[in-house]
Amino acid sequence: MPVVTYRDALNQALREEMRRDPSVFLMGEEVGVYQGAYKVSRGLLEEFGPNRIVDTPITELGFAGVGVGAAMVGLRPIIEFMTWNFALLAIDQVINSAAKMRYMSGGQVGVPIVFRGPGGAALQLAAQHSQAFESMYAHVPGLKVVAPATPADAKGLLKSAVRDDDPVIFIEGEMLYNVKGEVPEGEYTVPIGQAEVKRAGDQVTIVCHSKTVGVALAAAETLAGEGISAEVIDLRTIRPLDEATVLASVRRTHRVVIAEEGWPFAGIGAQVVDTIQREAFDDLDAPVLRVTGADVPMPYNKRLEKAAKVDAGKVVEAVRKSLYVE
Amino acid sequence: MAQPTTKSKKADATLAQQYRDYLRQMILIRRFEEKSGEAYSLGKIGGFCHLYIGQEAVAVGVLSQLRPDDYVVCAYRDHGHALARGLSPRAVMAELYGKAAGCSKGKGGSMHLFDASRNFLGGHGIVGGHIPLAAGMGFAIKYRGTTQVAACFFGEAAVNNGAFHEALNMAGLWKLPVVFVCENNRYGMGTALDRATATYNISERGSSYDMIREVVDGQDLSEVIAATNRAVVRARKPSAPTLLEIRTYRFMGHSMSDPIHGHYRTKEEVEVHRKRDPILLWSERLKAEGVIDDAGIQEMEASVQAEVQDAMDFAEQAPEPELDELYTDVYAPVKGEA
Repeated sequence: MPVVTYRDALNQALREEMRRDPSVFLMGEEVGVYQGAYKVSRGLLEEFGPNRIVDTPITELGFAGVGVGAAMVGLRPIIEFMTWNFALLAIDQVINSAAKMRYMSGGQVGVPIVFRGPGGAALQLAAQHSQAFESMYAHVPGLKVVAPATPADAKGLLKSAVRDDDPVIFIEGEMLYNVKGEVPEGEYTVPIGQAEVKRAGDQVTIVCHSKTVGVALAAAETLAGEGISAEVIDLRTIRPLDEATVLASVRRTHRVVIAEEGWPFAGIGAQVVDTIQREAFDDLDAPVLRVTGADVPMPYNKRLEKAAKVDAGKVVEAVRKSLYVE
Repeated sequence: MAQPTTKSKKADATLAQQYRDYLRQMILIRRFEEKSGEAYSLGKIGGFCHLYIGQEAVAVGVLSQLRPDDYVVCAYRDHGHALARGLSPRAVMAELYGKAAGCSKGKGGSMHLFDASRNFLGGHGIVGGHIPLAAGMGFAIKYRGTTQVAACFFGEAAVNNGAFHEALNMAGLWKLPVVFVCENNRYGMGTALDRATATYNISERGSSYDMIREVVDGQDLSEVIAATNRAVVRARKPSAPTLLEIRTYRFMGHSMSDPIHGHYRTKEEVEVHRKRDPILLWSERLKAEGVIDDAGIQEMEASVQAEVQDAMDFAEQAPEPELDELYTDVYAPVKGEA
C-alpha cells in the first residue's frame, strides 16, 4: 500500500472528488495561486482552473456565506479556512445559516458544504493561533464534526464529507500534515460516524481523536512495557458520536481515559463521560479520567506551552491512576 | 409609466392587466399584514412579527422584474416578499400560526418563510447575515453560466454590518449577477439612519465596490420597477451587480411590540409619510390613466379581503405539526430511507 502524508492524502481526496463531481469547488484564502497556506491544495488550480479553485480576499464571514448560498442552490462547496482560529469570524454563517437552513425551511433547503482547515496548536503560536474547537461546533445540531488522525482516515473521511448532504466541519491537525501512513489505492471512503479501534487492549480504554491519537498510541506502547494493555479508540467523527464502539470497549476493559487537545470545560470528553455513565455505569471499575489541554489561553513560552498540552506522559499517568497503580 | 412604457392613452390590455395585478398584490400585502397584526394581538401568532405596511411597492416592484428561476432572499420582515413572490396567503398565514401546512412546516415562523419551488430561499433573522448568501447564489449562477439573477432584500441598518461589506466586495470583485436591494425605511428598529450611519447616502457605499448604484423612490411603484429592470438586465448580461437604495417608510412600528410613534419618531412625521402611501399613489395613477376606476378598486378590495379571510380561516383550522416533527429536518434523511 502506498505511504503518503496526511497533507497529500487530503489533496488526493480533493482532486478525486472534484474530478467526480463538477458541482464541487474549493474556495478560500490562498488556495489557488499560492497553492494553499499549508499546501493541501497544491496543483489543483492547474488542473481545475480558477473557476473551481477560488482565491478569496481575507473575508471569512463573507466567503463562508458565499459557500452556504452556493450550497443552497445545489453546488457542493469546500470552504477552506486557513486555520480554524480565523473561522471564528465566520461562525454566524456556520451556525445561523449552514446548520439551521434545513430545519427552518421545513426540510426544503439543505446545505451540502464542507468547512475544512487545520485546528489545534502547532508550536509557540500563542493564544490566538492555538485552539481546538471541536466541541464548540459539535454542540450545534445540524452540523457534523470530523477530525481524522491518519492519512487514510483523512482521505476517506474528506471524500465522505464532500458527498454528505449536510454541513460538515472537517478539522485537520495542523501538526499532522507531515505525518505519513498507508493509504489504500483506488476509490475508497470512510463513513462519517464510525470510530475505529487503533490498538486493541483489554485493561483500559483510551478514547481520543485527531492529534491525541498519536499521543495515546505512544502512551499505550509505554504502558505495554509496564505490562498494562490499553485499547486505543479513535473517535474520528465527533458528531455523530459512535457510542457503540466506545461502550463495547468499556464493557471489556472497565476503565477509561479520554484524551483531547481542547479545553476541559464542556469538552468532547465530558460528552463521552455522559454516555459512559448512563449506558455502562455498572461496567466501570474506576472513575473515567480526562486528559485535556490546560484550561488557559495558550502561552507563548515554550516551557509553559508544553505544560499546557496533552502528551503521552500525562496519558500514561492517568491510565495508572485509573488502574490504581502507583 | 416607466417600464414597460405605454406610449398612448389606449393602454395595451395586457399591460393594463399587469398594472392592476400589481395594485392587487400591494393591497393583498396590506390587508394580509393588517390581519397578521390582529392575529398577533389575539395571541394566535407567536414570537416576533414585523409588518411590511408602507413598503409594499418595493417587494412588488422588484419581484415583478424577476423570472421564476431567479433566486430571492430577504430579511425577517418577509411576509410581503413571500406574497409578492407568489406564495399563497394560506401557506404564509399557516406558517405565522406555526401550523404544519405552513410554507416552512411551522418550523420557521414569521422570520423564516421559504418556498424552494419558487426559489424563495428564506427570510433570515440575523441582520445582514443573508447578504453573503445572495452573493453565493450569484456565484453559483456564474459558475453554471446561466442567465439567472439573485435578488437580496435588506434594511438600511444592515449596511453597517460586516457581512454587507464582505458580500458586496466579492460581488463587485467577481461581477456576480446580484441585485442588492436596500430598503431604506430610515430606522433600524428605533435608531434613525442619521444616528447610525456616517454617510447618509447609502447608495454611495456601492462606489467602494465598483458597483452601479441608484437611489430610488420606493413609494412610487413605477420607479421601483424601472430601476430594478435596469439592474436585472445588467445582471443577466454581462453579469454585474447593482446596489439599489430604495427609499421607503414603514408605517407601523418595528415589530408588533413597538408603537407606531413615540420615542424615536413623531406622529407628525408618520402622517407626512402616510400621504405618500404607495398603494394610494399607484391607484391614483391607474385611475388617471383609465386603467381602473373606483368601482374596480372596491371590487379588488372585496376579493382581497375574502382571500385574506380565507387564509386566516385556513390557518385557524390547519392541524398542528405532529410531535415527531421535532426531530425531522435536522439532517438530510439517511439515503435509502424515506
